[in-house]
Amino acid sequence: MAAPDLDEMRSTALAAVAGASSLRDLDDVRVAWLGKKGRLTAELKALGQLPPEQRRETGQGVNALKQELADAVEARRHDLERAALDERLASETVDVTLPGRAVDPGGPHPVSRAMSRILAIFRGLGFAVADGPEVEDDYHNFEALNFPEHHPARAMHDTFYLPDGRLLRTHTSPVQIRVMKEQAPPVRIVAPGRVFRSDSDQTHTPQFHQVEGLLVDEDVTFADLKGMLATFVNTYFEDDLEMRLRPSYFPFTEPSAEVDIRWRNADGSAGRWLEVLGCGMVHPNVLGNCGIDPERYTGYAFGLGVERFAMLRYRVDDLRLFFDNDLRFLAQFR
Amino acid sequence: MRFSYQWLTEWVDTELTAEQAAERLTAAGLEVDELVRLGGDLDGVVVGRIDRCEPHPDADRLKVCSVDIGADQPLQIVCGAPNARAGLRAPVATVGSRLPGGLKIRAARLRGVESAGMLCSAPELEIGEDASGLLELADDLEIGMPLHRALGLPDHAIELDLTPNRADCLSIRGIAGEFAALGAGTLRPPRIDAVATAGSRIVSIELAEGAGCPRYVGRVIEGVDPSAPTPPWMVQRLERCGVRSLGPIVDVTNYVLLEFGQPMHAFDLDRLDGGIRVRRAVRGETLELLNDQTIELDEELLVIADHGGPVALAGIMGGRPSSVQDDTRDILLESAWFDPAVIIGKARRFGLATDSSHRFERGVDPELQQLAIERATRLIVEIAGGTPGPVLDRTHTEALPARPRIELRPDRVNRVLGTVLDPDRMREVLERLGMAVDHGTVPWAVVPPSRRRDLAIEEDLIEEIARVVGYDRLPVRAPGGRLRARVASESETPIDAIGAGLQARGFQEIISWSFVGEQLLERFGLAAGAQPLANPLSQDMGVLRTSLVPGLVQTVAANLRKQQARIKLYETGHVFRVGAEGFEESHRVGLALAGRAVGESWTAARRDFDFFDLKGEVEQMLALAGLGHGQVVFRPTRRDWLHPGQSAEVLIDDETAGTLGQLHPALVDPLGLAHPVFVAELELAPIRSRALPEYGGLSRFPSVRRDLALAVPEDVAAAELVTVAKKVGGDRVRECIIFDTYEGKGIESGFKGIAIGLILRDVSRTLTDQDADRVVTDVMAALNQTYGVSLRG
Repeated sequence: MAAPDLDEMRSTALAAVAGASSLRDLDDVRVAWLGKKGRLTAELKALGQLPPEQRRETGQGVNALKQELADAVEARRHDLERAALDERLASETVDVTLPGRAVDPGGPHPVSRAMSRILAIFRGLGFAVADGPEVEDDYHNFEALNFPEHHPARAMHDTFYLPDGRLLRTHTSPVQIRVMKEQAPPVRIVAPGRVFRSDSDQTHTPQFHQVEGLLVDEDVTFADLKGMLATFVNTYFEDDLEMRLRPSYFPFTEPSAEVDIRWRNADGSAGRWLEVLGCGMVHPNVLGNCGIDPERYTGYAFGLGVERFAMLRYRVDDLRLFFDNDLRFLAQFR
Repeated sequence: MRFSYQWLTEWVDTELTAEQAAERLTAAGLEVDELVRLGGDLDGVVVGRIDRCEPHPDADRLKVCSVDIGADQPLQIVCGAPNARAGLRAPVATVGSRLPGGLKIRAARLRGVESAGMLCSAPELEIGEDASGLLELADDLEIGMPLHRALGLPDHAIELDLTPNRADCLSIRGIAGEFAALGAGTLRPPRIDAVATAGSRIVSIELAEGAGCPRYVGRVIEGVDPSAPTPPWMVQRLERCGVRSLGPIVDVTNYVLLEFGQPMHAFDLDRLDGGIRVRRAVRGETLELLNDQTIELDEELLVIADHGGPVALAGIMGGRPSSVQDDTRDILLESAWFDPAVIIGKARRFGLATDSSHRFERGVDPELQQLAIERATRLIVEIAGGTPGPVLDRTHTEALPARPRIELRPDRVNRVLGTVLDPDRMREVLERLGMAVDHGTVPWAVVPPSRRRDLAIEEDLIEEIARVVGYDRLPVRAPGGRLRARVASESETPIDAIGAGLQARGFQEIISWSFVGEQLLERFGLAAGAQPLANPLSQDMGVLRTSLVPGLVQTVAANLRKQQARIKLYETGHVFRVGAEGFEESHRVGLALAGRAVGESWTAARRDFDFFDLKGEVEQMLALAGLGHGQVVFRPTRRDWLHPGQSAEVLIDDETAGTLGQLHPALVDPLGLAHPVFVAELELAPIRSRALPEYGGLSRFPSVRRDLALAVPEDVAAAELVTVAKKVGGDRVRECIIFDTYEGKGIESGFKGIAIGLILRDVSRTLTDQDADRVVTDVMAALNQTYGVSLRG
């Protein structure tokens, strides 16, 4: 028997590997040459029939070819797998510009948004948040706050009454009374909430929102009030706004002040003076009504209209939009 | 309070311009609401005198006037004013001048007659309101004089928005005192001398209501001429203060009211029956007021009466029958002091608000009455003639308010203001404000002037010092104080967090009205216990809302009409109800869904919201708020406003916390909506209350799952199966999932198919198949026994 023509076998086998166009074809080639019944396996089995002087050389040649062929199959397998993956991935291509499968977001009412910001600032300044009922009695809304009965100061509040004499709170100041009756100084609270005045025109709505602040402690001065308000206003507006205080009158504070800020126009220039807050030192009668010694403790209180702050911050030019609940308006404050 | 700045400068010698004065007043708490320049540019407008006034040959309404303006030749001017007449002095805009409104005066021909200039009314010159005719000037004005010099123009009208405590500034005198104290200049009040008594006529004055009217000063003036013209200077001054001229007697009382802040009244003496009695009215009496309104009186009201009955509503308005009229000869002047307590609220009862009631309600200077009557007498006699009788003063001194002595501690001033003011500076401020300061010992004793009825306690004086020093000059101290943690309790979910969760899931927050129409609530079946308002703005805001649902539904409807295809809304707010246990106010959250369940998208099929979208949202909200599975139960219920087959109540820890469901179609149809609406409303208190999490260990053992396909009688609620499975299976049933429902083929009629999955696990060992089978057997036995449930074949 003659030694096999290894060169011929080599070129035939490598051509078959290169010609395999799928993993299955490749496997057929592998089995045909390298399998248990494959041609190279057969050649190795047939070595014994060769003359002894050829056995060694031929054996080495067949084994080398077997290794070469196995490497070639492996390389081809890798190429074919890679091509198959590429093909699959290509078939999975999506149009990434199509919109995602998302829930349309909702959002807060702009008044809530402003309110949250205001409260966050005061929480950061060490104030606790307190609340109270919207239907109040005359005592908490007026009398305890040093509004004498029939006093013209009451006419400054256009009050909604219930038939039994109770009323819709005209400010969140009654919460002052409720807190101070419960809690001994130091008191450091803000009271947010809905308030009511029987007034409706372009610049007044019968309900609106206030945040009332109250700080009662030893050694609290008008200078602390000014400092607190400046800190608040500049933090809220993220600006360094000019501020001025004008003497005013609220029955529950003495001295009392109204606070104006110098508005900054959209172009950065100095704008008009705008009234944004009322404030003052807590009237000793109010402290006394709550059982707090006005000689030992002093305090300040302030109140602001949340709608006003929302209008300024978000440049809303019509108060009434806040209560129209038009989604096209509300969606602008997400 | 509206006043002429020029008038103020007669009282205070100041260098300040009106603009500077306005700033100074505002900074001191007398807020200037409006500053109007009067007589802006009057170059070329001069005082003229009409020498001849003849009808226009070709126009009925026009007159041809010959007007002397001090030039060589008189001017011929055509004029249509009804009061144009020979002898009248009036403003003349000469040819070439320009009126403040922009009109340029040119020589013209009017209906064929030459006209060289224009005779002017007050509004044409923007110095007054009266458009009825030419502005009549005083007869003693020099002809040809520039008008602005003749009238003291330009002047400014200043409108003060006064707080109710500053009644003292409802007069030139009060403002002047304040203005001078603020360092604007030197106070120069006019001398008011007593007018000598020339007549002897008196009337009796009885004060039957000493507390309400402790002082009544009267004076008779005989022989006045009510037809005498009010001098132009007074007319102009009144007009610049917003008061119209109505005849010399009323003009003088108005003038004194503005000048001193003392409301006065003049009666026609011949129309009074006997003397004056100040008393309470008697029920049944009536009074015809000056404004022609006839009012019914009662005991609450203080009146000025004669011996026949009420003639004036004290401090508010005089009566028509006793008022000064064209034929009046003798008058009685009244200058009284009424206690604010008897005046407050009375004018309002009759829909009145007069200059007099405004001042008496806030408090008039109780030491002013004599001065005012002297001032008024002199002016009346000068203008309308007459013989003044003696001043008749009835005073119950003990009932007049005394000036308080207020204790002031200078160190307290600094302690409240955070200042280091020198006591001498404090004293100087107080004295400039007209206070007497006894500073020999601390506390000082401070007596405010009688007009400052608002000053009663130490803090009032502290404010005065702060005001005059200037709020802006007071120190500022940055926030500080003892640091304390102010963090809300962890066992209460913040409302903001609930809101943020809803917003993330696509809900838009709204804020609707707290008051609604009772009819609206009735439509929803929510009117029971609705609390009405005594004075609503309108009927559709007549009662307090008992629920957030109607407001949400109205908002849904309004926005669906605005072409919104998909609506998810929420609101948090208070609702009010008179319930079995009285008035209840509670804080709730409401949700509303309407329209498309998913935004229009290429990924999903279009469908509308259904009950389970809403329920899912409620479940999510509660889960995010930390409420555990066992705490929340839904069960079928009925509410008037909900679809009877799609409504549930929510129980949290076995207490009803709210409802959810499809809005009743009978409510949706009238709104004309194309989509069903789903609404939920829950109390916030139980949602917000949450337990602290507590670590319960992790099981090291795997779970096994057994799925059961059940045939369930139709009327058995799915939730009951879960409840039974958990109860019977005990701790080993970690979860019970409803993963399929089925009706139709293969299910016996009267039954429905429900598939549940039991997730079983033990904390101490791996469950064997036998363990799992035993649980399934027990659960099936219980389901079968309780509800007739069987495994599907």
